[in-house]
Amino acid sequence: MSVLEKVRPRQEPVVRELRVTDEHGRRVRVWELVLRYALLLAVLALTVGPFLWQLSTSLKGPTEDIFGSPPEFLPSHPTLHNYERVADTIPVWDYALNSLKVASASVVTNCVGSALAGYALARLRYRGRGVATLVFVLAMLVPVEGIIIAQFTTMRELGLNNTLIGVVLPGSIGAMNVLLMRNAFRNLPYEIEEAAYVDGANVWQRFWRIALPSVKGTLAVVAIFAFMGAWDDFLWPLIVLSDPDKFTLTIGLNYLHGTFANDERLVAAGTVIAVAPLIALFACLQRYFFRGVGEGAVKG
Amino acid sequence: MATPTAPSRVRRQLPTSPWLFAAPGLLITGAFVLHPFVSTVVNSFTDRRTLIPGHFVGLANFRELLHDDMFWTGLRNSTLYIVGVVPALVILPLLLALLVQKNIPGITFFRSAFYTPVVASIVVVGLIWVWLLDERGLVNSLLETVGIGRVGFLSDQWLLLLSAMAVTVWKGLGYYMIIYLAALANVPRELHEAAAVDGAGPVRRFLDVTVPAVRPTMVLVAALSSVAAFKVFSEVYLMAGPSGGPAGEDTTLVMLVQRTGTGLTGRVGYASALSVVVFVVTVALMLLVLRADRKEES
Repeated sequence: MSVLEKVRPRQEPVVRELRVTDEHGRRVRVWELVLRYALLLAVLALTVGPFLWQLSTSLKGPTEDIFGSPPEFLPSHPTLHNYERVADTIPVWDYALNSLKVASASVVTNCVGSALAGYALARLRYRGRGVATLVFVLAMLVPVEGIIIAQFTTMRELGLNNTLIGVVLPGSIGAMNVLLMRNAFRNLPYEIEEAAYVDGANVWQRFWRIALPSVKGTLAVVAIFAFMGAWDDFLWPLIVLSDPDKFTLTIGLNYLHGTFANDERLVAAGTVIAVAPLIALFACLQRYFFRGVGEGAVKG
Repeated sequence: MATPTAPSRVRRQLPTSPWLFAAPGLLITGAFVLHPFVSTVVNSFTDRRTLIPGHFVGLANFRELLHDDMFWTGLRNSTLYIVGVVPALVILPLLLALLVQKNIPGITFFRSAFYTPVVASIVVVGLIWVWLLDERGLVNSLLETVGIGRVGFLSDQWLLLLSAMAVTVWKGLGYYMIIYLAALANVPRELHEAAAVDGAGPVRRFLDVTVPAVRPTMVLVAALSSVAAFKVFSEVYLMAGPSGGPAGEDTTLVMLVQRTGTGLTGRVGYASALSVVVFVVTVALMLLVLRADRKEES
């Protein structure tokens, strides 16, 4: 007892200091740890620094020197003035609303459409299922950039160019999402649905009550990537939208940059408005973002 | 795991329902991916314009391509983009993954932070870097402070292209880092331990243990990033401007497609021929990377 008491105070600080272990449970040496953190901080400055510089620029007032050398990293008199000015210059909140509409619609259509189609490919038996699967596999291989002109002429023929519906439609049920959902449904044990069938559940009930709740994780991945894809998209809205009233945020920002290229504070405020919601979303739902990369990369 | 085909008992159901389930997906995919793909190929043999239906012109568009300086400029830049971006995107994210692999305190924060550029829109990223690399921007301020002097990153044709490549790499790092992290988790630790016992240092272990173990992932990253690099549009469009930098010398192939084929006077036929080239090269790249992989393995 007394031995233990004597040893403990001496040992504890040492153990605490070196408790850091690697993924194999081995201790990491101190100098290695210092080196790692130094490198991590350097990369952090490189990856996050530019965003912070943009934020800092957007908060600097008209009298502050944003071009100085050496540069001033922090605004000396932070102000939200630039955010008011960007709203006076372009209807930035309308654009944000347009982006939100497009992204939300894309989430709904992708979740519903790919869950239904994925279930049909994974669980239902019918003539032509192989062909249906092939359609989605082929569609996944077609590079969007290679068909964008034909998509544009299709939209014109449908009278949907220059509408938000036209922005949403081509990506509204992504082929990759359908295949992701198909794989998720296929990985479910069949017995549960069989039991439900025996109990008299029809195909909609089996889909809605049993299969769908079991693939929530994949559905969340589909939802997040649909949102991010639609919110961030640039080339397609650039082609299909011509009326400034209908612009999404990315197109509005491009417009702002082209028109007022010499006012960096304004552009900075605009970019912060565009990126903040996604960074917040990412902060809340990180694991789904990472999971999506894994699943998407393996399938894509 | 369940067998892919359902037992026959579950088969009896409303005969129309499977197609009802699949219909929205098939409809959208057919109308907005497969049909445009077919009509791109068909249009590439016509002189169709946005408002004029057009006639069959055989290979005239493709013959015109061969004499179009802008096409060669676009092809050159898109190809250079692969050369510049792919090696960096195969190697740097792997090193980054090794850096964030160990579960040291705060590491999840770093992993997430490194992923932030992936989440941001390419437009935001492009504009951030336009400002950073501006003649009077932060990078030049820092360069001046240390006595190097200001550099025209966004005014010189080649520096512009290089800057755009750097931005592509910067935005892609976190994405491929996550892919590599998943692969690294599957490297058996016994291999590392055995190599360490044999006296191999970190560099040797990296080359002899890590690289062979994650090779399939490196091939995957090479395939994904080369296809994406060849189709580059937004970075260059934002940094060099819609007309593609000084005298249009930074135009990429997809920028040319967008410029030629859109608007009320768009030459849909010619842009479709350009698109066919994009498509053919993309597929060829995929096959090339996969074949190089197989050859090296055998």
